[in-house]
Amino acid sequence: MKPLSRRNFILSSAASAAAPFLLAPVYAAAKGARVVIIGGGFGGVSLARYLRRHDPTLAITLIERDAQYTTCPFSNGVLGGLYPISQISFTYAKVKAAGIDVVNEEAVNIDPAAKTVTLAGGRTLKFDYLVVCPGIDFIWDSIKGYNEQAAELMPHAWKAGAQTSLLRRQLESMPDGGLVVIGVPAMPYRCPPGPYERASLIAYYLKANKPKSKIIILDASDAFIKQDLFMEAWHRLYPGMIEWVPGSKSGRVLSVNPSTLTVSTGFDDYKAAVANIIPAQRAGAIAVRAGLDEGTGYCAIDPVTFESRVHKGIYVLGDATIAGEMPKSGFSANGQAKACGRAILAAIAGSAAVPAKLLNICYSMAEPNYAFSIVDGFAVKDDSLHLTFEDNRTTPIGASDDEHSREAQSARSWYANITAEMFG
Amino acid sequence: MIERKTPRNLPLRFGIIALIAAPGISHAAQVANGEALGDACTSCHGIGGHGTGYIPSIAGVSKVTLLQELKAFRAQSAQATIMNRIARAYTDPELEALAEYFSSRPRQ
Repeated sequence: MKPLSRRNFILSSAASAAAPFLLAPVYAAAKGARVVIIGGGFGGVSLARYLRRHDPTLAITLIERDAQYTTCPFSNGVLGGLYPISQISFTYAKVKAAGIDVVNEEAVNIDPAAKTVTLAGGRTLKFDYLVVCPGIDFIWDSIKGYNEQAAELMPHAWKAGAQTSLLRRQLESMPDGGLVVIGVPAMPYRCPPGPYERASLIAYYLKANKPKSKIIILDASDAFIKQDLFMEAWHRLYPGMIEWVPGSKSGRVLSVNPSTLTVSTGFDDYKAAVANIIPAQRAGAIAVRAGLDEGTGYCAIDPVTFESRVHKGIYVLGDATIAGEMPKSGFSANGQAKACGRAILAAIAGSAAVPAKLLNICYSMAEPNYAFSIVDGFAVKDDSLHLTFEDNRTTPIGASDDEHSREAQSARSWYANITAEMFG
Repeated sequence: MIERKTPRNLPLRFGIIALIAAPGISHAAQVANGEALGDACTSCHGIGGHGTGYIPSIAGVSKVTLLQELKAFRAQSAQATIMNRIARAYTDPELEALAEYFSSRPRQ
């Protein structure tokens, strides 16, 4: 598409006759502003591509530790054996080709006063605008006995990639009749419906290959998003195979023993054939180190611009933020990136940011041809992001097979289009 | 509050006027509004409305058709997979701006 010029975007109205005189000097002075983005996931890559599509003059640097990115969305399909992990993995080649400087290093320090980012190799990058999109990191001591080494035996697979492949291999090699335990932390965590979709797609694999096996979900919470739809799907597709234990029934995982694959709640010990333990989470380490979370674990932001409440000129996107009622999802981060991108372009031009329309659309797959969704709009109210509508947010209960099939096709089409926007 | 008549405030103020007075504003202005509003649409429908797969490509579909469909989704008088839920988040002028923008995109 032909990008609208920045001037058109800012004015977007009848002001265009008067405005060139008013804005031209600002526009010229801002040419080539340096935007540094930390984190090459849904937030960071969406933002880099969005800014480039709207302004060819910006100097955009994307700092990302890894050379390859595997998406968390659709990673449960790898666990279910629907497709190989290569199908949800992307390089940054096309991001680079779009004129974005991709630096494959870890950012280790932010100096808000000097407006610099220091990389692990010692190099320092200067920025005019910094956008921090580090996703989540794990709070390892949230479960007794669970740590980075334990995750090699009891994978979390909550950052897609090697952990996803490890959990898939464990599922492939477990005996028929084994118990798969999924441990779910208390909110807030990345992708709230994720654990339940995971249970569904693991059940899809087990039903066809190891039908005597069972899945037990040990949950810190007493309810979950799209619960009725998941329960309906489990009843229809996998009767008797998936058991959900809520927090009030001693569902919360308190400790694990990785050497015996034992998972313990307050009252019960479960001997697992495969243990998928998802620990509690907080904003990625770089955000915490820079104090952007103010010690709370997640980063407070302005709901219009996504500028940090702590440091001016530094923005935070995606799972690392406290974004009111917006969930931590790839879709959210992608929309936030565009809102933030417009706010940065407005700031460069010296104009005020206009609130964006924000959505979150999240499909969950219960099997390859059976999906359902939740659809939410968000608007700024009382300085936070609130749901635009509270009723009829999800696929109705009792929807036909045809409707579930169309939702599954929509999910695949969404994935193709959003990843093309980022990596295509 | 003292109202400062500086260039800084102008674009926003005109932006708001443009959105409120959508039926009366120029084609170009409405396309620009629609482009900003359409940011949320491209996550599913593709950049500029050029999508692949099951979700319809909406680039270059006539404004009349797009607006009719969007309004029908919002009124729950047409069935869709999810659009009848999403359309509730948009006002008449917003739907009109979106239809104007996506109809202005070339078909691929």
